[in-house]
Amino acid sequence: MDQSVTTQSQDLHRTEADTAPVATDELIEADDLVEEVSIDGMCGVY
Amino acid sequence: MPASRPEPPAPPDADRGLDLDRPWTLHSQVSVRPEPFGALLYHFGTRQLSFLKDRRLLDVVRALESSPDARAACTAAGVTDTQLPRYAKALATLAHSSMLVERTVTR
Amino acid sequence: MTATSVTASPATAQPAPRLTDLFELGLDSPICLTWELTYACNLSCTHCLSSSGRRDPRELSTAEAKAVIDELEAMQVFYVNIGGGEPTVRPDFFELLDYATAHHVGVKFSTNGIRITPEVARRLAANDYVDVQISLDGATPEVNDAVRGAGSYDTALRALANLADAGLRNAKLSVVCTRHNIAQLDEFKEIADRYGAQLRLTRLRPSGRGADVWDDLHPLPEQQRVLYDWLVANGDQVLTGDSFFHLSAFGAPLPGLNLCGAGRVVCLIDPVGDVYACPFAIHDEFLAGSVREPAGFTGVWRQSELFRRLREPQQGGACASCTFYDSCKGGCMAAKFFTGLPLDGPDPECVQGHAEPLLDRRGALPKPSGDHSHRTAPAARSGPVPLTLTRRPDLDRPPVSACDESPLAGLRLG
Repeated sequence: MDQSVTTQSQDLHRTEADTAPVATDELIEADDLVEEVSIDGMCGVY
Repeated sequence: MPASRPEPPAPPDADRGLDLDRPWTLHSQVSVRPEPFGALLYHFGTRQLSFLKDRRLLDVVRALESSPDARAACTAAGVTDTQLPRYAKALATLAHSSMLVERTVTR
Repeated sequence: MTATSVTASPATAQPAPRLTDLFELGLDSPICLTWELTYACNLSCTHCLSSSGRRDPRELSTAEAKAVIDELEAMQVFYVNIGGGEPTVRPDFFELLDYATAHHVGVKFSTNGIRITPEVARRLAANDYVDVQISLDGATPEVNDAVRGAGSYDTALRALANLADAGLRNAKLSVVCTRHNIAQLDEFKEIADRYGAQLRLTRLRPSGRGADVWDDLHPLPEQQRVLYDWLVANGDQVLTGDSFFHLSAFGAPLPGLNLCGAGRVVCLIDPVGDVYACPFAIHDEFLAGSVREPAGFTGVWRQSELFRRLREPQQGGACASCTFYDSCKGGCMAAKFFTGLPLDGPDPECVQGHAEPLLDRRGALPKPSGDHSHRTAPAARSGPVPLTLTRRPDLDRPPVSACDESPLAGLRLG
């Protein structure tokens, strides 16, 4: 639901983190150093 | 345009880390912008933005060019042995999206 | 993040921030920005977001534009989205394009294709830092030309053909989604594929002349669903300029950042150098300053009071209690503003239908700050205006002449 970024890395699913306790292992997995997104066309004009 | 962009060697699997014993470098079409929270990398060929969530990772990336291999770049940036797998995985993610390429030419 | 966060417990760990969270708080430099180089345009599209047509005599000179590019380079802005008007009609367009890319500022420009000759196409294909967007708002001449003007369909397709022939891969076919072209999405994709181009769909906004046609052109509620499903099915093969995040309230978020970057990570520089929060918000309410001020664009970006406010955490207002607020973020600021809706309430095209009662009782609509539309036809008049000359009833004699030398001229006693 909150996966609002197209990502190739292990992004943090914050909604899940906010609503349910997250095991430490999962947090480490989520705590990635890189997040990637395509910004092609961002802020465009018509 | 991407058409003239030199294709990097087969990218490593991001989940498995990358070969730390080989020389790596930033892709020539990547621009690096330091930020208080780390750095932003923009690739003009793929129009991808990579967000480095850590200044040390930026130091590693910057050390790649002048290091004989990725392991040496990590050491130069102060990455400890216990931290190494995490940084290797981050580098693999960057290589997977062509932000990093293997340095094949001897300079 | 350092090693300490790896070993810390989830309760105390500071989770690594997400890109979107940081973007919402704003950056010291934009990621990219829209730069409209001129109000001049050979077309008069009915939905033009900047009410373009005629050049403004105050437009930035070549030297001023280059000074802006120098600033963007120093700020490490990754690229500019150049638009207009029709940017390629500026005589110095290619000079500025080459200057920007030579100074490490990437250029993506939007054009109706009028100047994309085979020769120009070859020149563009040779520059790795240039991206071209050809505008087309109908997959057939009938649908397109009704909005963009007679002949504009052929112009756009000729430009696409020239770019493809020149070997330029991944040109963008840029489509504004309207009530009349939602049924043509597959056809647009076919056109893009035919020319080795990538399809880019963006949202119609009630900005500029778009305010006049919004009620007739914006997709109907059932079409919003069709569009959402189509975007989900086509994934990141299709670009959206992040303009459809209000549709994310249908279900899973669409690919992209899904946030409003206005004044936070993007902005607009208009042809006369005014800086607005967003290209769709050309109104005094969203005017942050001018690149002509002493502190330049950098000063506006970093010190504008408006931008500071936009970078504060947003509360969601009337939308805060909606379960979909996390995905749609209340929608588009400009769309709300120009349809007369409060900025802290639902988007006019809220897919949950929350805007409909508000739209039914909205008041007067704000007018865009400028209008550079063509004046090809004089204002409509029914004929000569009849005048009857009479004397004001309170005057018993002619008014005092400026040449009257009498000190008592005009004096009335009693």
